[in-house]
Amino acid sequence: MTPRRRPTDRLVRSYVVTDGRAHPTRNTLDLVTLLIATDDLPLTGLNPEKRRLMELCRPGALSVAEVAGHLSLPVGVAKVLIADLMDSGHIVTRAPIPAARPTDARILQEVLDGLRARL
Amino acid sequence: MDSALASDDVYLRPSVQTAVKLLIVGHFAVGKTTFVGTLSEIRPLRTEEVMTEAGALVDDLAGMRDKTTTTVALDFGRLTLNDRLVLYLFGTPGQQRFTRLWQDMTQGALGALVLADTRRLSQSFEVMGVLEEHGLPYAVALNQFHDAPAYELDEVREALDLLPETPLVRCDARDRVSSTRALIRLVEYLLTLPPSRLRQSEGTPDGHLEHA
Repeated sequence: MTPRRRPTDRLVRSYVVTDGRAHPTRNTLDLVTLLIATDDLPLTGLNPEKRRLMELCRPGALSVAEVAGHLSLPVGVAKVLIADLMDSGHIVTRAPIPAARPTDARILQEVLDGLRARL
Repeated sequence: MDSALASDDVYLRPSVQTAVKLLIVGHFAVGKTTFVGTLSEIRPLRTEEVMTEAGALVDDLAGMRDKTTTTVALDFGRLTLNDRLVLYLFGTPGQQRFTRLWQDMTQGALGALVLADTRRLSQSFEVMGVLEEHGLPYAVALNQFHDAPAYELDEVREALDLLPETPLVRCDARDRVSSTRALIRLVEYLLTLPPSRLRQSEGTPDGHLEHA
């Protein structure tokens, strides 16, 4: 059974973190979109949550879901922050699946091979 | 959090280019979190999606601070499958009313593994219904609880009213090999589906059927 741990006891409410916005400035972010922090832009002027997000992402790539999980933010809030940081050039993404249409079968085969190799 | 972040394997290998996801769904306490935790290479993470609309009218609001929101927990884990490819497993409850969550979750997902418990088979119907509604192909894995009645798979298949081609396997969510085998069976099944039944990963909800 999953213990119910609700990370709602944040000091600052979600709508403050996002300046009252419920939706990100772009809707291309998936839970598994991979995020990479650029390291040539200064963090000055970023609010504390965005700064934490940048500090989390600087050592290496993480997915949107992982960023939300590590920062104890709801996915929707994390997406707003991430979209802002993409707008300002602090974060870049790797496409979830590069235009995966005919390649779906190939990706599935790769997933299958990867899983079998773990047995 | 800090100690976990200090360890190297929190981050993806720099060579990883592609991330895919599979959903692990099932009713309350069926073993989703255990399943994800058994397979994940990282400490499983939890995040939440705050639902402000559909859940409000039908939810049991006892103990909730804010009557207009419902929180849905997502437990997830990660498996690096090769240098370029990483698989995320998202465990989530399959309630019909979280429509917006389901749109988010199923978008880009390759498929779903439905965990079922033979003591409460009827509770799996809602989950399977949601997946069918969103066109996400799935396999069913019976998570073995030792006090559960040991039905034959054929009986369970009939009770769940599964299509003949829908895979049905037994698994032990606490066991890595058994859980991996269940995922393998799911992906083998996905590979047998015609391209039109596979999910498109981005922005093409109806897929593209070629006529002539």
